[in-house]
This record gives sequence, structure tokens and C-alpha cells, in this order.
Amino acid sequence: MTEKTSTIDVNKPRGLRQYQWEIFLVVLFLAVNVVNSFLSPYYLTLDTFVSTPMNFLDKAFLVLPMTMIIILGNIDVSVGSIVALTSVLMAVSYNAGLPMPLAMVLALVISTTCGLINGFLQIKFRELSATIITLSTMTVYRGIAYVILEDRSAGRFPSWFSFLAWGYIGKVPFILIVFVLAAIVFAILLHTTRFGRMVFAVGNNKTACEYSGIRTRRIILGVSVITGLMAGFTSLFLTSRMGSTRPNVALGYELDVIAMTVLGGISTSGGKGRITGPLISIFLIGFLNYGLGLRNVSAQVLLIILGFLLILSVLVQNFTDRPRQKAPSKSGKSAAPTHRSDAGSGSDIHGNSA
Amino acid sequence: MKKTFTVVALVLIALALVMPASVFAAEKAKYAIVFKNTGNPYGEKQMEGFKNGIEEQGFEAILRAPDLPTAEAQIQIIEQLIAQKVAAICIVGNDYDALVPVLKKATAQGIKVFSLDSSVNSQARLTHVNQADSEKIGQTLIKAAYDMAGGKGEIAILSATSQASNQNIWIDFMKKELAKPEYKNLKLVKVAYGDDLRDKSVSETEGLLRSYPNLKVIIAPTTVGIAAAGKVLTDKGLKGKVMLTGLGLPSEMAEYIENGVCPYMFLWNPIDVGYLGAYTGVALVTGKIKGAVGDKFSAGRLGNYTITKAPDGGTEVLLGPPFKFDKSNINDWKKVY
Amino acid sequence: MQSQDKMQTGQSADGLTKAASRPDASSRAETLVRNTETYRELGLAIFIIILSVTFQIRNPKFLSLANIKDMLANTAILSILTVGMMMVIITRGIDLSIGSTMALAGMITSLTVSANPGISPFLSLAQGMAVGLAAGLTIGVLVAYFKILPIIATLGLMNILRGMTYLISKGKWVSAYQMSTGFKNLSTGTTFGINNLIIFAVAIYIIYAYFINQTKTGRYIYAVGSSPDTAELIGIKRRRIILLVYALMGLLAGLAGVLWVSKFASAQGDTAVGYELNVIAATVLGGVSVAGGRGKVSGILLGSILFGILANALPLINISPFWQQFIQGLVILAAIISNVLLQRRNDRLALKKRVI
Repeated sequence: MTEKTSTIDVNKPRGLRQYQWEIFLVVLFLAVNVVNSFLSPYYLTLDTFVSTPMNFLDKAFLVLPMTMIIILGNIDVSVGSIVALTSVLMAVSYNAGLPMPLAMVLALVISTTCGLINGFLQIKFRELSATIITLSTMTVYRGIAYVILEDRSAGRFPSWFSFLAWGYIGKVPFILIVFVLAAIVFAILLHTTRFGRMVFAVGNNKTACEYSGIRTRRIILGVSVITGLMAGFTSLFLTSRMGSTRPNVALGYELDVIAMTVLGGISTSGGKGRITGPLISIFLIGFLNYGLGLRNVSAQVLLIILGFLLILSVLVQNFTDRPRQKAPSKSGKSAAPTHRSDAGSGSDIHGNSA
Repeated sequence: MKKTFTVVALVLIALALVMPASVFAAEKAKYAIVFKNTGNPYGEKQMEGFKNGIEEQGFEAILRAPDLPTAEAQIQIIEQLIAQKVAAICIVGNDYDALVPVLKKATAQGIKVFSLDSSVNSQARLTHVNQADSEKIGQTLIKAAYDMAGGKGEIAILSATSQASNQNIWIDFMKKELAKPEYKNLKLVKVAYGDDLRDKSVSETEGLLRSYPNLKVIIAPTTVGIAAAGKVLTDKGLKGKVMLTGLGLPSEMAEYIENGVCPYMFLWNPIDVGYLGAYTGVALVTGKIKGAVGDKFSAGRLGNYTITKAPDGGTEVLLGPPFKFDKSNINDWKKVY
Repeated sequence: MQSQDKMQTGQSADGLTKAASRPDASSRAETLVRNTETYRELGLAIFIIILSVTFQIRNPKFLSLANIKDMLANTAILSILTVGMMMVIITRGIDLSIGSTMALAGMITSLTVSANPGISPFLSLAQGMAVGLAAGLTIGVLVAYFKILPIIATLGLMNILRGMTYLISKGKWVSAYQMSTGFKNLSTGTTFGINNLIIFAVAIYIIYAYFINQTKTGRYIYAVGSSPDTAELIGIKRRRIILLVYALMGLLAGLAGVLWVSKFASAQGDTAVGYELNVIAATVLGGVSVAGGRGKVSGILLGSILFGILANALPLINISPFWQQFIQGLVILAAIISNVLLQRRNDRLALKKRVI
């Protein structure tokens, strides 16, 4: 991957210029809205902007921790399965007699535990990349959901439960309020606390951090636990939106979440990024989907568009990354061994030679 | 740079606010059908029939299907349809209960909601368009198995996965039918699940053949399962020793009916199902029927229909008895669907 | 780095250190015992035997010749794909798009056959491989030259290719009666009494084993995976190797796609959805390390067989199908964890044997 000769980038743009990517996203967002309103007369209503987010905000809760994960230099494809397992267990326990509020708490406990397991595996078996670990746990978690619920569905929640996903406080959807709060907490966590700084540090250069005495294991564990917790939130809102659940819910969520995060300007090489980008791209992709849907664009075409978007956004980022990070050596290739891929220790996503 | 951005953005916003209203002329009423997933020829034919029926009556049809057969995906689509202020939504449900909140939202906005093929909770729908009487399906399939087995022997069922409501309803009726005295020599040894996956259905069929060497008949009430079983039986040269029947697409089963592995099987015309759905939808919107038992309406070339009571407490409209496909007619139908 | 003793067994998994040493006669015996890779394979083989015996007890039909033939035929396609995935994983990559590649290749080939029934089945094979190759090259370029992470590139392409499959097929399936007998016989026919699929698989394994172990390029693949920067330093064209690896994976996926639709005599839009996980599981089971640079042909063969047994035997022994995903996930986890533990043990032993 691209090398940095120093992590202190003296040429780092200051002022408004450093928000280049976010500005680009905002313009894109406006363009999407314009095109959408051209395409369909039903688009430009207050209702669109207020209630459409209710459709995709449950996923958005996962984008917040995914931002952290990718900054850390990892990836997590098991989030959808954690949502499914949590949802199933919540429904089953409620139907078995547990009071709903307790079932909801149980959901959060379970999801956090799943995150904990992910993190635990990552720190105990550091040779293994997060990719393969979460690929396996993805199968296991959803597998457990299938064992429990097989091909049935479970639901019949109390009617107040649907308030989570469908309710308004005044004119504002409840889920939007919760999400904004969560986003603020994450922004503070990532950009102002010591924990957040360490996430950036570990993502930038894990080995150096370890030698500097930073407890990288705790950071990884912490991020995984947070991911689990947020998956629990997603599960609560998703289940509330449907009023019932099955083992196959949240299928494909990982792709959407990763796409939203990466499109938001979080570089997959790790160590840098800002929460603002993903926040914008959540709405960008959400409204893009919605607008296209209003024109009844077929699912196949949407698939292709999402795939292209994902690749395109990484491509563009890689291009805009390079000029600032060109090492002073004359060849464009890496002339010095990368500080990230020490022989013997496993490849996380940077150790990847590609 | 910054200035250019701002100017461009402002211009775009201004355009957006001014233009759209003038661009769109008055439109015909829109009727939407939402199938379970995309890339399914049965679903494509259903939607085609729906489209024909709607356009025949002078309206516009919207055909949607998600790429994954999940309820969440259908919820998103329904939200988009609500925003487009469609007159009616015809839903082929991926889940009996999960769509209820969003369908109730649609109803609250004046949209007529009814289900087709795979039903949703009766509280969220006005009525359900059913291909055929579930009980009759069960009876017909058991009778076919009985005849093929020569009156006695072991039979097995190869199902899909009951993601939608129909499979288990049919299997339950089959079991009920088997309990009757005239079928006392027919024994159901296993219900296997092929998940509607080609390779899994093949493995399950092979498993059945290994575990029950005296198996006489396989009933597969799923289009993927019956085709997979047909292939396995053909490849193993078991024609005549193990018989196959069930519900299958004529195009998929043509080969196996012609070579005799499957003497006959059943289905109904999905085009007709969609067509009936179209007329049901229009009748609901124009107020001709309310979805209650006893309502009558005319469905174009299909004739007149009456709404009846459905086993789940709601109401339904039945297309008709299942249609039998065998050597004599498969050639005509295999190109249709 | 690798213990020099490992050179003895002839198939060192680490390309960089193979050339270096002289065999030492007296330690040959110790080597065989201490070689954890042999352990791993032995362990896998024993596990397969134990499983087979257990299944045989629960259903005496399990080890019948007919059933074994069935299982081999069913596993053939999986084993062909593990060859490609092994190369990808050795270079520290991953490929999630092969299911979609298979679907696209299968669909295009079937549509062509349906419109031109006279076409030679070998031409269909070539066509499928061409489609797969195109997909693989695209991924290879994105990963090697544009530095996109494999998981992202293949995730994106997985969607794009699947969408294309649906669009090209216009939502319809290609059914058995539309396929020529020659086409269907690709997978179900026999040559010299052995199922064609098995012959394909065996041929590919022989070619591959030679390629990865005896040719320069093959060893370079190991080198690139083992230590990408060192490989580059000594002049190996790293990016070309990576391009090659994904191109080969795509080629094999295209081939597998044609064989798949031929075997099931049906091409659907959702063919092989999620199949990539099975392939990754079988590869990883076979001891291919996801940290890169390590893996053996015998390993993936055993891994495919084990996976094939798991997939095919479960219906025979009445395990509820809903347990399958869970069991598969556990098996993968167990495999990769045990790989790590074995590797650590091996490294520790290597350190101990160092002459200081």
C-alpha cells in the first residue's frame, strides 16, 4: 500500500480545503436531489426529506462504528449477521415470556457480546486478518439464527415497539433524533478523546504503536465492542420497522455499510478520515436509492450502480491520496519495506500486498 | 474553486425548485405489483400477466422486485410506491408479518392493498389472489402420487424453504389427505428441504434415494426442486422405478416429462394469476368490490369471480383448479413459461 | 523465516527459502515427524476418516461406490474453484465475486447454446472461460494496478456481475430442453467410465500442481504472498503476478460456471449466490494460510473433500438443514484457528533449532 515517510504531513491542507472530499459529497448530494426531482414529481416534498431517512437510518447506525473500523485498518463483514442473530434472539425471548424492555436490553447485550467475540478473536489470533475472522463469524452468527428460528418468523411485539422505527416526536422521526445523538457521540469519541486518537494511531502504524506502549489490543477490542453495540441498535430499529423477524434479515447490509463508509472518504489504508464524510454519504446513497426507486429502476440496475459506486469511490480516493504521499525515492514503487507488513505477523488489510 | 462550487450549487437548487412542476403532465392511475425477487421466470410471467390486465383496462402498471428475497427490500419498494401515490399495491409477500406496518401506512394513505400468490397478514390486506385452492393442491398431488405408486409404497416430499406461506400450507394439506383411509398404504417417509437452491435440491434428492431405496414417488411442490429431482432421476436412470410429480414450470420440466421420468405434474398459469390480480386491483380501486366474502367482479377474459373465505381468516379469490401438464401438452406450454 | 529442514520434504510452502539449503541426512527423520504441515494434512485426513466412519454408521449407504461417485462429482466443481482461490489467498487476497462470475459465464454460455444448439460444447467451455477471464482481469487490474483492496474490488464486482447476469437473462432461466445434449454431457457424461467432472478436476489438479510447485511463476506466487516487498526488491514483478492470480481465478470460475449449468441443466440469475464462502471455507480448511505465502495442493484437495462430505452427507444422516450454516461456520473457524496454532508451534520449533 502507499507509504508515508512521515505521519506528520506538513503539506496537509488547512482551512476549508481539507474538507475537499466532504464538499464534493455535498455537491454530489445536491446534484442527486436535483436529478431526482426532475425524474419524479413526487420527490420534492417535505415528507420525502423527513420520512425517507427512516428507511435507511437503521443501517446508518452501523456506519458510525464501521468508520472507526476502517480507520483502524480493519474491516468487518459480520455486522449484518450480528443484527440478524440479535433480532432473532430478542423476538424469541420476548415470545418466551421475557418482558419487552428486558428483551431489548438482552438484544444489546447479545450484540455487544458478538462484537466482543470478534474482537477477542482478532487479538488472540493476530496473524489472521480481520477479513477472514469476520467472514467466519458472519457464517457462525447467522447460522445460530437459523438453528434457533429455522424457516419461521417471530414477532407479535407490543404495539409501542413500532414507535422506535415509525414514531415521530413532533415532526421529527424518533430514529433520526437517536441517530443524530449517536453521531455526535461518535464524532466526539473519534476526534476529541484519547481513545479516538489512538484509533487513528493504530490504524496508521500498528507496530509503532505497540512499541510505543499503546495498548493496541484494547483499542481493537474496544472498537469491536462498540461495533457490536451499534449492531444492536440497528437490530432494534430494523425489527421495529418490520414488526417481525427471520434469520435472513439484514442480508447484504455489510456491503451497503462498507460502501457508505468508503464513499464517505474513509481510506481503506487506514489511519485517517473524518466522520463527516460518511455522515453525508449515508444520506447521499439513501436518497439516491430512493430517487431511483421512485422511477422504478429495476433492482438489477441498482446492484450494478452500487457496485460501481463502491469501486469508483475507492479509485478516486486512491488517486487523490497519491500526490501528497509520494516518497522522495525516485521509483514510484515502494522502495522500503512497509512498516506495516512485518514478516510473520498477519496481514490486516494493509499487509495485503495488493 | 469554492466560489464556483457555491454558484453551481445555487443554480442547481434554483432549477430544482422551478422546473419540475411544469415538466410533468397529468398521468394515468398507477397500479403496482411487487414480486418476491428478481430473476425468477415464474415471477416475471406473473408480472407480465398483471401488466397486460392493467393496460387492458387503460391504466399504467409498475412492476418491481428486489434483488434479494427479503422483507426489508420489499418495505423500501413499498415506501417508494407510496410516495408515487399509486392507486393499488399488489404484493407477493416475502414474509407474512414483516410487511404489515408499511402496508398499513399505504392503506392509511388511501392505497388499496391486496396480496397475490404469497399472502400477507389478513389484517394488512383487503383480499388475497390465490392460484388455486390450497386444499385442492394437496389433494391433487397426493392422488397423483397414489396413482403413480400403484396404490401403495413409500413417498417423500422435496420442498423449498418456507420463506413464504404457500409451501407449508400445501404440505399440511397433503399430510391431512394422507391420513384418510383410502391412502393407508401410502407412507410419507420424509420431508426434505432443498431451499430452492439447485445444488442443495440435488443433494437432498440423492440423499432421499440413498436413505429410502424403496421410494416410489417424490412429490416436489417447488419449481426448482422438481427440476433438480428430474435431473437426478434422469441421470441415474431411475425412470419408471421412482416417479416424480409436483408443481413445476413447463419450461424446466419439459425434458423430464418428455423422457418419462415425470409422468405428469401440475401448475397453473402465472400469467393468468397476474391477470386476475390486475382485475382484482382495479375492482377494488373503483369500488366495485370491497374485499369481503361474496363480492363479485368480472376479470376480463377469465370470466367472473367471487371472493371467498380464506383459511387464515381473511378473504381470497381463487384462480381455479391446478392445471395438469403431461406428454400431450407439454410441447405447447414449454415455450410460454 | 522457515526452518531449513523443511526443504527435505520437497514441497516447501515458502518459495523464498527453498533454493537455499543442502539436505542433511541425519535430520531427515526428525523433519518428517516435526513437519507441521504434514501434521496438518494428517490431521485433516484423519478427520475425514473419522467423519466418514461416523456417517457410515448412521447410514450404511454412505460409503457405497455409487454414493462416493456422487460425492466426488458434486465436489469436483468446488475443488476446481479452490485451485484458483488458493492462489488468491496465498497472495493475501480474497475473491468474493466468483459466485457471480460463475452465474454470468453460465448464463451467457447457456443463452448461446440455446440460440445455437449445434455449437460444440468445447466452444461453450471456451466461451465461459473467456467471460471468467474478463472478470478476473478486471479485478486483477483494480487490485494490482489501482491498489484497491481485494475485498472491496471483489465485493463491488460481485454486485456488478450479478446485476449483469439478471439483465442479460432478462429475468428468465435457460432450461434443460433448451440445452443441447452435448452441452449437458459436459458434466454428466462419462469418459472411460469416469464422470467427466472428475476428469476435469483431476486434469486441472495435475496441471496446477506442476505449475505451482515446479515453475518459476508458480514459486513467484508464493514469494509475493510471503513477503510482497522483498519479492519486489529481488525483481519479481509483483503486480503482474497479482494480475495473473486473479485472472486465473476468473478463468477457473468461468469454467466452473459452465460446468455448473451443464450439471444442473439450468441457468438461473441467482446461480451460485453465496458459493464463494464455500470455496473460501474449503481452501482455508486445506491449510492455505490467509496471512499469505503458505498452502499446498494436497491441502486443498483434502479440504474440498472434507467440505464435500459435510455438504453431501448431512442430508443422509438426518441433520436438520438449518444446522448446516452453523456447522460450516464453526468448521471454518476451527480450521483457521488450528492453522494459526500449528504455525505458531512450527515457528517456535524453528527458532529453537536455530544455531546461534
